[in-house]
Amino acid sequence: MTEHFDVLILGAGPAGLAAAETLAHAGRTVGLVDEQTDPGGQIGRRAIRQRPGRAFRKTLTRLRANDRITYFPSQRVVDCDPHPALVTESDLGYTRLTGASLILAPGARELVLPFPGWTLPGVLGAGGLQALTKSGWPVRGRNVVFAGSGPLLIASAHTLKKEGARIRVIVEQTARREIARFVAKLPAWPSKAIQTLTFTLGLAGIPYYTDAWVTEALGEERLEAVRIVQRGRSSVVSCDFLGTSLGLIPNVEVALRLGCALSHDPHPTVRVDSLQATSQPGIYAAGEITGIGGAELARLEGTIAGHAVAGELSKARALAPRHAHWARFGAEVARHFALRDPLRELAGSQTILCRCEDVTLGEIDAVADTGSIKLLTRLGMGPCQGRICRAALAELRPGYGTVTPSEISRPPLFPARLDTLADQALKEPSS
Amino acid sequence: MSHDLIVIGGGIVGAAIASTASEAGLRTTLIESALPATGATGSGMGHLVILDDALLALSVRSLELWRTLPDRPGTEYRNTGTIWIAETEDDLPGLEEQSLHLATHQVASHLLDHRDLHALEPDLAGDLPGGLLVPGDATVYAPKAVAHLLGRARRAGAHLLLGQKVVALTGGGVRLADGEKLTGVVVVATGPSGSELLPELPVMPRKGHLVVTERAPSTITHQLVEAGYLHGVRETRHATVAMNVQPRPGGQLLVGSSRESGIQDRAVSVSVVSRMLMRVFRFLPALRERKAIRIWTGFRPATPDGLPFIGQVPGRTDVWAAFGHEGLGITTALGTAELLVDLLLNRPVRLDPKPFNPARAIEA
Amino acid sequence: MKTVTLTVNGIPVTVPEGTSAAAAIATVTDVFHRSVRGAPRGPYCGMGQCFECRIRIDGWRMLACLARATAGVAITTDD
Repeated sequence: MTEHFDVLILGAGPAGLAAAETLAHAGRTVGLVDEQTDPGGQIGRRAIRQRPGRAFRKTLTRLRANDRITYFPSQRVVDCDPHPALVTESDLGYTRLTGASLILAPGARELVLPFPGWTLPGVLGAGGLQALTKSGWPVRGRNVVFAGSGPLLIASAHTLKKEGARIRVIVEQTARREIARFVAKLPAWPSKAIQTLTFTLGLAGIPYYTDAWVTEALGEERLEAVRIVQRGRSSVVSCDFLGTSLGLIPNVEVALRLGCALSHDPHPTVRVDSLQATSQPGIYAAGEITGIGGAELARLEGTIAGHAVAGELSKARALAPRHAHWARFGAEVARHFALRDPLRELAGSQTILCRCEDVTLGEIDAVADTGSIKLLTRLGMGPCQGRICRAALAELRPGYGTVTPSEISRPPLFPARLDTLADQALKEPSS
Repeated sequence: MSHDLIVIGGGIVGAAIASTASEAGLRTTLIESALPATGATGSGMGHLVILDDALLALSVRSLELWRTLPDRPGTEYRNTGTIWIAETEDDLPGLEEQSLHLATHQVASHLLDHRDLHALEPDLAGDLPGGLLVPGDATVYAPKAVAHLLGRARRAGAHLLLGQKVVALTGGGVRLADGEKLTGVVVVATGPSGSELLPELPVMPRKGHLVVTERAPSTITHQLVEAGYLHGVRETRHATVAMNVQPRPGGQLLVGSSRESGIQDRAVSVSVVSRMLMRVFRFLPALRERKAIRIWTGFRPATPDGLPFIGQVPGRTDVWAAFGHEGLGITTALGTAELLVDLLLNRPVRLDPKPFNPARAIEA
Repeated sequence: MKTVTLTVNGIPVTVPEGTSAAAAIATVTDVFHRSVRGAPRGPYCGMGQCFECRIRIDGWRMLACLARATAGVAITTDD
């Protein structure tokens, strides 16, 4: 099946939805592709046990009512080309979607730094634990620890508490005075100040350790406890789940395959101009993929990209001041919750770095020529295609040349059925 | 600095020569412009296969050397055997012929009828009439095999210069990109880029594609190759594809193969991959549902007559060649190294070196 | 709340409609598969990136975090 639209949008989170609505309003047909079963992205995920929020219902209604937007949920992009076109795969088969323009809004994933025990069942990314909990993951009455850095810990803890989990402690690596400096700036973004207050009140009575981190997850067949170190003092807290979050990294794989220019800091982000245009003609990028900035910034970038693609340049440019305002918020979060070096030193030689192939840090360090790590240890050669370990290695061992851009810009962008790879060629325009 | 032997190229052939030469007592330095096993060697399947007539003796000797290589587990050597699979009854006489050929070189093989074939490999399409099992064939993980051979070379006193490019042969040595000069007998073992240093020995890159699947339970235990591969691989004009599937430890499958000449572009060609996979599905229909994790390309070093250059290069001072093995570099690396070092040291040779003599390209 | 009933490794499970396959499995087992070296693993990223929650639904290989638990299906782990 091949379908054509005026504009293709990858990602139905805040940026993709804002772009879709802007373009539909301007009379364009939109193909909106997303890998989740529901729209909203990670941040807009609905908790199945809660009544759908007003915002979620409004989004769904608007999407369904808008006959210019065709929504493709549960679709994995396995290949793409700069025509532009996306080849997607779902349970039902594969689809080739083409558009005159393409807006990339695939969001971000969580940054993880390995530590002893992090592969035990029960240890999850904080955002992942939040997402799974909203999808019905059984947490009622279970003991949960959150650890890492930044506002996502609080937001995730808040969700789990609402679902009946017992939050034992929130472990924040940032020092208290640094957090105080951040909070003091919040009044510039009133909605964020209110949100923070809501979360804080909701989590009243739960210990919030600062200047602290989890050094080890303990257990045999699953997580049983975590070891926490706070300013040199070590304690063990028993728990059923640990949610860790150290920040987000953009999902740039499709952009890389399309040849869009990237920046590295050290994790790659897609370079865009003030109209969200990438270095490739007809291809735009919006949201976390252009740099981690949060949902409000993503929504603005999606709207700007939508206006730009529709040729409504003055409307796009009018949003520049608000964009700058919310970009500052993202920068403040990044600055005040910057990762501290001890977190990069938790992994020992026995700690697994590549979960797919069970490659330990010791095995990686034993490779004399750092450029040969991938070939000799099989790091990043499993089904996640290096999505988890590549960023971790960049943090733990900066400068190790493990994977070149040309290697990760080849199809398939996600593991794809061989018949998808065989059949999609038949859909290509004859060349 | 003076050396007995300077080996240029850190692929499987260069690594094997460095190992054999240093163990024979030669003061050896291996120079690799990038990192070991990152060229044709690292792109290949690592199938140790007794294939065709011209290289049969060299391949048979090499397989013997692989089988007796000390500390072989380090190379992930596995004696999988190869099954050549007939697509139709028309392929069966060719396989019988191949079986007789192999027998003249004391290589065991067993013709399989329809029932034998499906008993050994139940995932094969039900209509396939038979095949030929060559039980002595094997597989290695080539990057580890190179690391293993380089480790042996190091322990025998060889030096490795990585990230250093040889820009010129100086007649009695080499000059590096940074201007440094090394003197000694030179062996060029740079595979598809052999002609850069030795333009008189033509080698053409022949592109191939490989797909690796996710790990999944699999009944495939032999390297499976369609019988047509025995004849079809010499086609050079257009992309040719042939089913060639290798089971890896842990349940991944390497899925090939394709051959294209006259292409320099490393990019994955969706249409070639598609044709290749269609061919694979003809023999292994169940693989349609398997998920691919990665696809990559590589370049085999092909010579005009399909034979490698192994021996002294006429008209040059102390320059030897060891490249142009096309798809059989990993199979024949150990035999190539033995032959080249025997020639170099004027020792009796185990097989006839004439077919591989580089002089043939210069006289022609 | 509407519910759906399915099986996880042969065990009947009833969960609210809209529940992810991962959440339905978690009511039965913490271990979704064994790693290459035999260590227990469960979902990690929860967002379709890490592939640690790969399972089969009616024989099809899927990621449990991206799939919904639907009525009548048979989910198996330890692939």
